[in-house]
Amino acid sequence: MAMAPPRKGENYELRQQLNSEYRDKRADAIKRVIANHTIGKDCSGLFPDVVKNMQTDDLEQKKLVYLYLMNYAKTQPELVILAVNTFVKDTADPNPLVRALAIRTMSILRAEKILDYLASPLSRCLKDENPYVRKTAALCVAKVFDLKPELCVEYGFVETLRDLIGDGNPMVVANAVAALADIYEASQNLPPTPPASPGRSSSPPPSSKPNSELFIIDPPTLTKLLVALNECSEWGRIAILNTLARYKALDEKESEHICERVMPQFQHVNAAVVLGAVKVIMIHMKAVTREDLIKSLTRKMAPPLVTLISSPPEVQWVALRNINLLLQKRPDILANEMRVFFCKYNDPPYVKVEKLDIMVRLASEKNVDTLLGELKEYASEVDVDFVRKAVRAVGQVAIKIDEAAERCVSVLMELIETRVSYVVQEAVIVIKDIFRKYPHSYEGIIPTLCSNLEELDEPEAKASLIWIIGEYAEKIENADELLGTFLETFKEESYPVQLQTLTAIVKLFLKKPDESQAIVQRVLQAATKDCDSADVRDRAYIYWRLLSSDPAAAKSVVLAIRPPISLPQTTVPPAILEELLSEVSSLASVYHKPAATFIGKGRLGAEEMQRRALEPEEDNAREKALQTVVAGQQAENLLDFDSDDIEPTSANSSSQNQSLSMFGNSSSASGHVGAGISSATLSNVAKSSNPLDELMDLFSTASMTTPQNQPQPIAPQSAFSGIQGLQDSTPSLNNDNTAPTRQQQQPHDAFAGLTGLSSPPQTLGSGSTSPNPPQQQQKQGGGGAQDDLLGLF
Amino acid sequence: MRSTKQAFFIFNQKGEVLISRLFRQDLKRSISDVFRIQVISNPDVRSPIITLGSTSFFHVRINNVYVVGVTKCNASAALVFEFLYRFITISRSYFSKLDEESVKNNFVLIYELLDEIIDFGFPQNSEIDTLKMYITTESIKSEMAVREDSSKITIQATGATSWRRSDVKYRKNEAFVDVIETVNLLMSKEGAVLRADVDGQILMRAYLSGTPECKFGLNDKLVLQKRGNEGTKSDDAVELDDCQFHQCVRLGKFDSDRSISFIPPDGEFELMRYRSTSNINLPFRLQTHVTEPSKSRVEYTIHLKANFDSKLNANNVILRIPTPLNTTGVQAKVGIGKAKYVPGENVIVWKIPRLQGAQECTLTAEADLAATTHRQAWSRPPIQVDFSVVMFTASGLLVRFLKVFEKSGYQSVKWVRYLSKANGSYQIRF
Repeated sequence: MAMAPPRKGENYELRQQLNSEYRDKRADAIKRVIANHTIGKDCSGLFPDVVKNMQTDDLEQKKLVYLYLMNYAKTQPELVILAVNTFVKDTADPNPLVRALAIRTMSILRAEKILDYLASPLSRCLKDENPYVRKTAALCVAKVFDLKPELCVEYGFVETLRDLIGDGNPMVVANAVAALADIYEASQNLPPTPPASPGRSSSPPPSSKPNSELFIIDPPTLTKLLVALNECSEWGRIAILNTLARYKALDEKESEHICERVMPQFQHVNAAVVLGAVKVIMIHMKAVTREDLIKSLTRKMAPPLVTLISSPPEVQWVALRNINLLLQKRPDILANEMRVFFCKYNDPPYVKVEKLDIMVRLASEKNVDTLLGELKEYASEVDVDFVRKAVRAVGQVAIKIDEAAERCVSVLMELIETRVSYVVQEAVIVIKDIFRKYPHSYEGIIPTLCSNLEELDEPEAKASLIWIIGEYAEKIENADELLGTFLETFKEESYPVQLQTLTAIVKLFLKKPDESQAIVQRVLQAATKDCDSADVRDRAYIYWRLLSSDPAAAKSVVLAIRPPISLPQTTVPPAILEELLSEVSSLASVYHKPAATFIGKGRLGAEEMQRRALEPEEDNAREKALQTVVAGQQAENLLDFDSDDIEPTSANSSSQNQSLSMFGNSSSASGHVGAGISSATLSNVAKSSNPLDELMDLFSTASMTTPQNQPQPIAPQSAFSGIQGLQDSTPSLNNDNTAPTRQQQQPHDAFAGLTGLSSPPQTLGSGSTSPNPPQQQQKQGGGGAQDDLLGLF
Repeated sequence: MRSTKQAFFIFNQKGEVLISRLFRQDLKRSISDVFRIQVISNPDVRSPIITLGSTSFFHVRINNVYVVGVTKCNASAALVFEFLYRFITISRSYFSKLDEESVKNNFVLIYELLDEIIDFGFPQNSEIDTLKMYITTESIKSEMAVREDSSKITIQATGATSWRRSDVKYRKNEAFVDVIETVNLLMSKEGAVLRADVDGQILMRAYLSGTPECKFGLNDKLVLQKRGNEGTKSDDAVELDDCQFHQCVRLGKFDSDRSISFIPPDGEFELMRYRSTSNINLPFRLQTHVTEPSKSRVEYTIHLKANFDSKLNANNVILRIPTPLNTTGVQAKVGIGKAKYVPGENVIVWKIPRLQGAQECTLTAEADLAATTHRQAWSRPPIQVDFSVVMFTASGLLVRFLKVFEKSGYQSVKWVRYLSKANGSYQIRF
């Protein structure tokens, strides 16, 4: 050895042992090397000594040496060549286990040099008489493709793989399918045009770029796959099901055939097989028109889904997230199964929260009493987060089922009586939503709510109660007194509470002008002078001008009738729902977010997004705004892309949360409203801080629309905690037609704000100069991605 | 959906890597540090999947180790968890318990196993019996005296019946069937059954020579009705909501005529799982009377009745009766068994080693509470009853037949056992 290695230390000792004449000692030393490697010690220095032990009859020792090679081949590319001879010899060993082991290891050494020696053993092994070797070799092709695609093309490995689909052995078929699918995906990830370079270092030169025709599934292949599906191991079935999901059926009959053949897999014990089968059926069922078949498919789908709820918690959670998606598409599949979703006391919190969500989805007039009983029970549990969600669920049920609203309200009143602080606060927030849905129905409970005034210390709960007081000011005798208490602490309150106090007092004034002249003066003074929030100040100024110039207009704006809220059936836009349903059981379906938003090819994705955003530049401005919204829907979280290391959400998760929730709503609104542009402007209105600017935006500035919309796509990782329609509706109280805040908005509300505003635009227009600067600032503070995108326009 | 998993780790509680195996090059080893910081040292992780940047971590916690799968792509989450759990099962069958110590002692074996059960991120063969043929430890070596010829092994590991060798021979051909039912119950304060269902499991130990073809029959309502003899038998027929089978069962055949036919693996395996929700016989009834006469005292009267045939026995009946968090001491009186207050868990544990069918017994207890300023009412978690009752099925399921056909035409002996049990799933609110 050229460099004299140190003569002591552990590595020296190991080296001595590795070269020992005794077999046991050498075997022991190899084990110690592996142990050292596992705990992170660098053992690359021992490379030549370990490789010397490669030639042995002891299979276990051989495996360990191979394991060592896998880990260090990359660091010692020149030395790997030492091992090549043994490898090539082993691939022709009479023992099939050794042959398979050798080819398996050789193909993942990731050293260019060794690849050249790999080709001929690999083609031999692909045609080995032993299926075990063949199935191992099949995967090796995928490994080689990962490193050097042109090699696969050159030697025709991909064609051989295709031949292997017709192999007699199901395991070989399964692995061939898995390998082909992997190669197919890898080739998809290669850039569409030569100049663009992907992030992967090992990318091949474009000339050898294999096209997507690498893995075409034709009808004969389909038949082979369907046959193998029933014979191979559970993991193989998953691979085949994934491939079937990609297959485009020629006609309806073929779709039916696939569904019928896949259906028996529902009975498999492996949850991944069951969900894989659900996926394939959801995809191919779209083409099926035969009523009875659809019925039988959905009927047979339900029991296995329910059975998944008895799996270990993690699998259960995956199943629950997917069931949640399936219910958005087919709300009726589990209609009679609500009881299974009752939370067990010892379920992990993430499972409980999902079950709650599903229970609300399954709630109907028939089962609502049982459900409310359960929810009440949950509200007495210890986990604060879960208790709050249970209380929220009560409100959601009230809004979903008109007939049950009264019962829900009485449950909420019972909960308020427990006087547990967070329960009371949550209940108040929920009751505010109920008032939005059923105005003037349950006024009798207002006194009880007001008596809990001192209990409230969270901004959202306070703001909710203040909204209620303002809304029903004419019916609450001491409304001015109650609002007065909030006014006293006006300066210390958070902005949402300030905004609500302001609006509520103005409402009070409009309803009872005689008694509240003084208090409205005070609040306007306080808000315009002492407040450091531009939103609050601006809103106060608007009210002030409105009240002083045209009280009638003020009334029509501030006291306009708000459209009732409803529980959205879907939490994701229809297009994304379809996409997610075709990926059932994948990570995307668990997160309820398209895969492009969270996986590795982030930067590429971002470019793609930018490209898409740029395309409609020639089109007129409105179209452009619309396009951007759509693009935003498809890539919820642009921001995530650039953060590779640590959780990006923690810093500004709250604002992200809000923007996400808003996103969910606005997109569903776009479906309802129909006219795309209105959704763009709606969310726009909702987003910006100043109603005057919104008006401007409405009429002209599409270039501003775009950046304003962009923050929507910032989706936090925490998004999987569930985008619940109602939970987001909380801010609805923030805009009493005039001044939507930048916090969060429901589109309905935004719409209400819009109609309200459009009547007195002239009056408002006059005051539009001063509020502009703050809004500009806000835009710039919005985040890096925003800046990037701003540059685009 | 590219490969399923790109790396596999086992961590101990301190976040040290015990096992690490990377399947793809786009992951670095340092990724394990990210997991340690974000999951292990983070007290409020509320999801089994964490995505950081573009890397997703799937973890299962078992004893004092974390078993973790890592991927950078849109992998099938169900598959990863299924795999992690399968790994746990396999490890258990090799070295009985998966914990830090056993992982450290068996790391070579674990690497060997991983090599065989997952390749390039794709799970391969995970049949324990097959694996044991060629991945051996000292203990397993002695069990299987002769090491198989490796070409036979490979045929078996990939064969159409990868779960069975063709040359199995027994002098006495026997098959044991165990029907094990886990009873799930949630009963409200008022005694109404909110949820009662059974997760059943049929385990089989087959010691049969050759390649036996088995047919298995239950008193499943659908099957019986199909045979047209519903008039006579449908009363004691059981309605199964769903069944799931071991991969040896021909699913296509079950789908067409609900018959269960298969070539069993040699030795022990789980033949099927099922679920039943209608007409559940609850083996225990509980009447509770719990009052809080003052702020410093809770009084319990719990009346337990064994609701099954008096010829049968329940074993290891354990009631866990929650007490308020500020309990200082409990005086309990029981007619049978032993009751003890366990302060660490805030429960009174009432153990009855053996309880005959139709027998009744009562616990009376008083819990003293410390004075507290805590205003929140005690949330009263449900009482939990654990038990096992032999020769009793809560669903009423019975094995009607197990037929074994083999070309040599030997006679075989079959045994059936039934067991209903609950382990944390039988909950009664009070």
